[in-house]
Amino acid sequence: MRSVYMAELEELNKKMISMGMLCENSVAKAAQSLVGLDRDLAAEVVAKREEINREEREIENFCIRLLLTQQPVARDLRMISSALKMVTDMERIGDQSTDIADVVRASSLQKIPEGLNFREMAESVIHMVTKSIDAFVNQDAVVADAIISYDDVVDSYFDSIKGKLVGLLKNDKSDTTDMLDLLMIAKYFERTGDHAVNIANWVIFSVTGENRGVQGK
Amino acid sequence: MSTILDVEKLNLWYGDHHALKDINVEIPKNRITALIGPSGCGKSTFLKTLNRMNDLVAGVKIEGDVLYNGQNIYDPSVDVTWIRKQIGMVFQKANPFPMSIYDNIAYGPRTHGIRSRVRLDEIVERTLRDAAIWEEVKDRLKKPALGLSGGQQQRLCIARALAVEPDILLMDESTSALDPISTGKIEELAQQLKEKYTVVMVTHNMQQAARISDECAFFLLGELVEFSATDKMFSTPTDKRTEDYITGRFG
Repeated sequence: MRSVYMAELEELNKKMISMGMLCENSVAKAAQSLVGLDRDLAAEVVAKREEINREEREIENFCIRLLLTQQPVARDLRMISSALKMVTDMERIGDQSTDIADVVRASSLQKIPEGLNFREMAESVIHMVTKSIDAFVNQDAVVADAIISYDDVVDSYFDSIKGKLVGLLKNDKSDTTDMLDLLMIAKYFERTGDHAVNIANWVIFSVTGENRGVQGK
Repeated sequence: MSTILDVEKLNLWYGDHHALKDINVEIPKNRITALIGPSGCGKSTFLKTLNRMNDLVAGVKIEGDVLYNGQNIYDPSVDVTWIRKQIGMVFQKANPFPMSIYDNIAYGPRTHGIRSRVRLDEIVERTLRDAAIWEEVKDRLKKPALGLSGGQQQRLCIARALAVEPDILLMDESTSALDPISTGKIEELAQQLKEKYTVVMVTHNMQQAARISDECAFFLLGELVEFSATDKMFSTPTDKRTEDYITGRFG
């Protein structure tokens, strides 16, 4: 038994959980800052971006060192190469949250118009992010598959919010800039869901060896 | 992909020890097949059954068939010398004869009745070229082979094996005693050789098996646990025992 190697694989798992938690927090706080129009919280999300970037680089270096020193094969090779790909999507999730927080911070928005389901959309996205990291840690392809299907829920929230924003713009009573800001935010949440799908696809590769590719940009 | 060696229900005992258990496998022609597994798993024993190198071991009992191009090499009518000419072997440790480089190569062809100097010169040059050592030794063919470096000696042994024009080359951990540069040369050589020959190699170096073999066989406790395309074995092995071995979760 290669005990040092096994400990290193466990360490990789821990690092992925830790970065995953940062991403979840980032999405959750970005959502909270939006719903409460809390600009201080939004600034906090923006400030955390570098921490996520740092974790990404750390995990990349750790994976590259594992590839070099342990020359992994089979499920270990799949797991380490998946982690190496996943951190890019995780870092992008951090970027999207920062983008949301940035819009909240800079916008003149005083109130989110009634009937826009941002809270529900954000909850669905956070669910996808959390579950995709869990699926990796537990190497669970079934959960990963469920996340991929669940993306339809997030997409339908986006379509619904977009439709309502178009309606609001048409009736000419709303501020155009605010509405466009909200459309961008909805799009950032929708993209976050796509990154969770990519993560789920890498989990499936890690477990089964099947490479399904990633969501189109 | 045609089969050059078809092994059917092969069993081998060393006295009471059942060293190979019901092995069934088809070795494809013009490919590199790697045999992997922990020490004592039977992979070298299996390799030796492919050109009857176990015949001389006291107390050995072999059952089953090894069909070389359809002919059972264990059939009593088969000439063992002919078999070993068709299926050559290179060992872990280079073992050049204590004679010149030229005579090392010419030894086999002479044994098989070739006397013409011109013909022997041609064989010596061609096989040394095939074994990627010609440029290094062409000006010292009459010098003792034992004066060559370890890596050169091993390539000389490969050239010697090629000199009798075999169909198949069996390599038993042929790079395990060499430095990375010599190992690299022999790995490249094996990949070139498969255009003309079939290579079956035993290796303890998993990365080597992954790097150069087309097919891979995993042996454990005398059983052939898994035989599959190398890419598949090292990415998504079918049997848990294979996965546990190649990922180092063994014992």
